[in-house]
Order: sequence, then structure tokens, then C-alpha cells
Amino acid sequence: MNAFINFIMGPMVWISALVFLFGLVFKLVKIILEIREKESFIFSYMSLKYSLRSMGAWLIPFYPESTKLHPVFWGISYLFHVFLFAAPLFLASHIILLDEAFQISWLALPDGVADIFTLLVILALVFFGVRRVVVPEVKFLTSAMDYILLILVMLPFLTGFLAYHQIFLYKWIMIAHILSGELLLIVIPFSRFSHMLTAPLTRAYTGSEFGNVRHARDW
Amino acid sequence: MQDQSPTKIIRNTDSAIEDGLARLTPEKITETINQVLQKETGPKLKAYVETCMRCGLCSDACSYFLSNDRNPEFSPAAKVKQTIWEMIEKKGKVSKDFMRRAVHISHIECNVCRRCSMYCPFGIDIAYMMLLVRRICHKLEITPQYIQDTVDSHSVTMNQMWVKEDEWIDTLQWQEEDAREEFENLRIPLDKHGADIMYSVIAPEPKFQAGLIYQTATIMHAAGINWTMPSGPGWDNSNMAMYTGDNEISGRIARAFYEAAANLNVKRIVMGECGHAFRSIYDVGNRWLAWDMPPFEIVHALEFYHELLTQGRITIGEKYKKKVTLHDPCNVSRGRGLHDMAREVVRMTCEDFVDMIPNREHNYCCGAGGGVVNCGPPYKTERMVNNRVKAEQLAATGAQVLIAPCHNCHSGLEDIVQHYKLDMEVKFLGDIIFETMEKKIYRPGE
Repeated sequence: MNAFINFIMGPMVWISALVFLFGLVFKLVKIILEIREKESFIFSYMSLKYSLRSMGAWLIPFYPESTKLHPVFWGISYLFHVFLFAAPLFLASHIILLDEAFQISWLALPDGVADIFTLLVILALVFFGVRRVVVPEVKFLTSAMDYILLILVMLPFLTGFLAYHQIFLYKWIMIAHILSGELLLIVIPFSRFSHMLTAPLTRAYTGSEFGNVRHARDW
Repeated sequence: MQDQSPTKIIRNTDSAIEDGLARLTPEKITETINQVLQKETGPKLKAYVETCMRCGLCSDACSYFLSNDRNPEFSPAAKVKQTIWEMIEKKGKVSKDFMRRAVHISHIECNVCRRCSMYCPFGIDIAYMMLLVRRICHKLEITPQYIQDTVDSHSVTMNQMWVKEDEWIDTLQWQEEDAREEFENLRIPLDKHGADIMYSVIAPEPKFQAGLIYQTATIMHAAGINWTMPSGPGWDNSNMAMYTGDNEISGRIARAFYEAAANLNVKRIVMGECGHAFRSIYDVGNRWLAWDMPPFEIVHALEFYHELLTQGRITIGEKYKKKVTLHDPCNVSRGRGLHDMAREVVRMTCEDFVDMIPNREHNYCCGAGGGVVNCGPPYKTERMVNNRVKAEQLAATGAQVLIAPCHNCHSGLEDIVQHYKLDMEVKFLGDIIFETMEKKIYRPGE
């Protein structure tokens, strides 16, 4: 048992982190090489100025028309993404682990705040799931994979929440937490989670086309 | 995909599609789809498919979705799901019924107006994917009959409406002759080498709207412009092949057009009030011919009118009195950002202007663009149902006159006005300018 725990807390962390990191790096390199080979025109339209203009406009809450039409979904989505990164990255116990391993650390959120963030991530995921059932145009687009993706994100947060509160079976919950976190990292480059890489790219391209060629806003 | 859940619309089809489908074999379908998806697309399509999180935010962008009481089948992403996603997932092994639906979705239920790419948080270009479906349909020879006929015409005559060369020249001379009775020394100069401007129209003008050429000639005359039109192929800058996915013919049309301008050695190209034609020579044709931007300065009529008015080359006498509203055609607003200029021209020429809501880049499409109206009478009733939200938007303005600076929008909006019994007159901006400007009228004996 201890050997197993040592494995998932040791080599497996490395494996998942490297798969995540290099998976995304390779994906980016592959995209760039493929653009050069098949759609090199894309480079001639890309513009840093208009890419940033477009991304900037879409990062301002409730600035784009689309976001005004769906303020609840958009608001929840926006905060979800903030908490999704903030909760694990600024969690005291994660930072302590890093500090023990590599002697690097940064400011941590108070545990209570991180706990609330975690809870909000979980609630947002429940909201996304319910929305997929309730809103007809979203339901039409939804496949089993969309629920699987929601569950994959949910697991590390749910187990983390339970582990922090030590509600039951602490050791098993902790193992599930570590495994699900590692699984999520590994899945990211190979699933639609890779929109963390590709969405800025599509946004930048559309922003460049709208700015450079069409001289129009894209928000 | 055989069973399409019942909607209010009867989904029509036409003989070209049915005959084309009858000729197809499953192998041919699979082979063609895979050929297009593998050889003609790249990381762009892959990114669009992989990045979409199925959030449905694009739905509210689509006038089809809104006009059909938020029927999920009409949401932009749903159109991709019913076509491209499934083609990719099944590796091209889709049925004839699937393709019948795919033709319909891409040709009749999408104007490729690109409004949805402004509502997608990731800026995914769904219109591009619909055009890709049309490309596949073209290669399978199941393009709707009427629009295919315009492409055939382009292929033979280099214009959209089977206008023969002598008819073209004759029409221009006829308009010149008529106009000279009113305006002394007015000319429609043909093939004038080294003119400042090549003026370009689309084939419907000589075919049945020759009065528009008359108006333009009058404006050019009043402004004292050194202009010309080509007598041979290249005068028609519309390009329906661009909307059927017949990229090869589309490229030929654009090349003939730029070459006509190059042969005349003009400084720039001014074009009439047409959106498709603008997209064809400003955005699409140049790319096919490997220029990132057009090899000539392309000036849309809106921009040209603005220039004439602000430089004082034409002056407005009495402003237009009736209450007007302005429709922003997607290809010149969302496609070129001319919406504010258009408003300035309207304000310079009209007394009472009311904006429709939404407007500018966010305007609803006329419902006719992107080749939809060109698919012809078999689909008209359906098109009217799909345009309801546009009719409501127009009615809400309470305007008497609807200015639509685009041929295609014009046709579509006329249909809407008639079908929904709106008390509105559809006009080009050129009509308004012609009516209100100070003309150099010829009075014999003066």
C-alpha cells in the first residue's frame, strides 16, 4: 500500500505533469508545423495588436454582446475559470508539498477562502451539467463526452473538498484526489480541455481577421 | 439523420439535388468527403472542431435559430454537428439522406453571414465550415439548381446572368443615350485606358436594373469623375461560385476581374452597392489567387459616396424627407467596417434617420445573402419563415424607407417586406443620393 502511495505521490506526479506540459507543447508545435505546411496564409493575417485587442475585449466581463445576452452563464463561466486555477495553485497544502520537494513557494490563499473557491468550482460544474440537460440548444449539442469531461474536472475538486474536511475515509479520499488530479492533467492535451491552448489561438486568428481585413469589431 | 423532428417548415428540395443524389454511391460520398477534409483543410478546421466546448452561446447570433422559436436544430453549432462533426466522426461514411440534409443546412439554413463568430467566445468561424460543406456538395454535384445555374453562367460568360457581350455594351450605350437627354455631355466611358476609376457592377444591373447604371453615370457626371467600365469579361464582380464551393470557377472570375482592371491601368476599383461582389474581390478572390490583400484598392459604393460628399464633389440639395432606416449588409459592415461611414452618408442625405436594433456589425442578416436567395423559388416560403426576426426588427423601426446598400439584401428585404406586409419601401443609398443631389441638368438653349 505504502509503495502504491509513494508511486502516485512520486513518479506519477512527474509523469502526469510532464504529459500535461509536453502534451500541450507538442500540440502547439504540431499546429504551427501544420499551418506552415497546409495553411501558411494564416501567418500573413496574424497580428499581435488585433489578437490582443480581441482577447482583451473578451476578457472584460460583460463587454462582448454575446456575454450580455447570457449574463448568468457567462458570469458563472468566468468565475469558474478563475477559481479553477486559483484554488489548486494557491492552496496552502499544495504549496507546502512543492516547498518540501523543491523549496519553492508562493503566497497561499487562506484555507477558508480556498475552500469556498473549491465549493464554487463544484457548484459551477453542477450548473454546467444541469444546463446541458435543461437548455434545449445546449442539450442538442451535448454528447456523453461532455458529461465525462465535467466529471473529470469535478473529481479532483470534490475529493479535495472532502479530504480537507476529512469527512470520511480520509486515506482513500486522498488517494482518489491524487489520482483524479493526475488523470485530469494527463487528459488535458488529448481532449477538448486543450481549448486552454487552442482557444487563444482561434481567438487571435479571428481577432486578426476582423481587425486587419474586415476593420470591424469581433465582440 | 433520416428522421428530422417535425418543424413548422416543410424542407424542400430540388431536382438538381435529387438527381445528383440518385447518381451517388456510398463510396463516392465517403471518398469525396475524405478528400476535401484531408486534402483541403488543415489545422484551422481541426482547431475549430476540437476547441468548441458545445456551450451554445452562438445560438443567439443566428437569425434562423431566433426566427424558428429557438429550435435547437438551427443553432450555428448544431449545423456543424449535423454536418462536419458527423462527417469527421464517421470518417465520411454518411448516407444520402445525411447529404440531403447537409445540402439543405449549408445552402438554405445558413447565410454565411459570420455573425456567429462574433458570439462564440473562441471566435470559431462556423461560416467557414458551412462553406466547406458546400464545397463537398459541389464535388458531389448536389448543389441546388438555381444557384448552380448562376455558376454555369459565370463559367461560360464570366457574368452571373447569361448576359452576352453585345447585350452588355448595348445596355450601357442605351443608358448613356437616355441620360444625355437630361445631362449634357454625360458619358459612360468604355475601356478608357488609364482612367482613375474602374466602376464595376453585377449582372442583374444590365439584365433588369439598368436604371442603376443610369444613376451611377449621373453621379459620376455630377462629380466629374474620370471613370470607365470594361467592355469585355471582368465587368461583373459578383461571384456565386464562391458560395457553391466551386473554388476553381470562383478563382477564374476573380482573376478575370482583376485583369480587366489591370489591362485598363486604372488607379482603383469602385463597385456598386453589392455585398457578395465586395466579399468576392476584397476577401475571397484575392486569397484564392494568392494575394493576402486585393491587388487594387477596392472601394465599395458606401465609401465612394462618403468620399464624394465629404470632399464636396457632389452636393445635396434638399434632404430626403421620409423617415429612413439603414440595413447594414454583413459583407460591408462585419466584412469591412463601413457601417459608420454608411450612417454618415445617410445623415448627410436624409432628415429623419432611425437605427434598427441591433445594428452595425451586430445587424441581423437580410436572410438572402450567402447564396441563399440564389437557390431560388423552391425555397422561398421556407426562407420567409426563417427571416421572421428580420421582419420584426424592421417593423420596430417604424421607418417608411429601408435603405439597403447591397443588391442581395435588397432582393431579400423586398421579399420580407412583401411577405410580412411591412409598409416600407426598399431603396439603395444611390437612389437616395440620386434623388437629393444637385444634378448638372441640361436645359437646351441655356
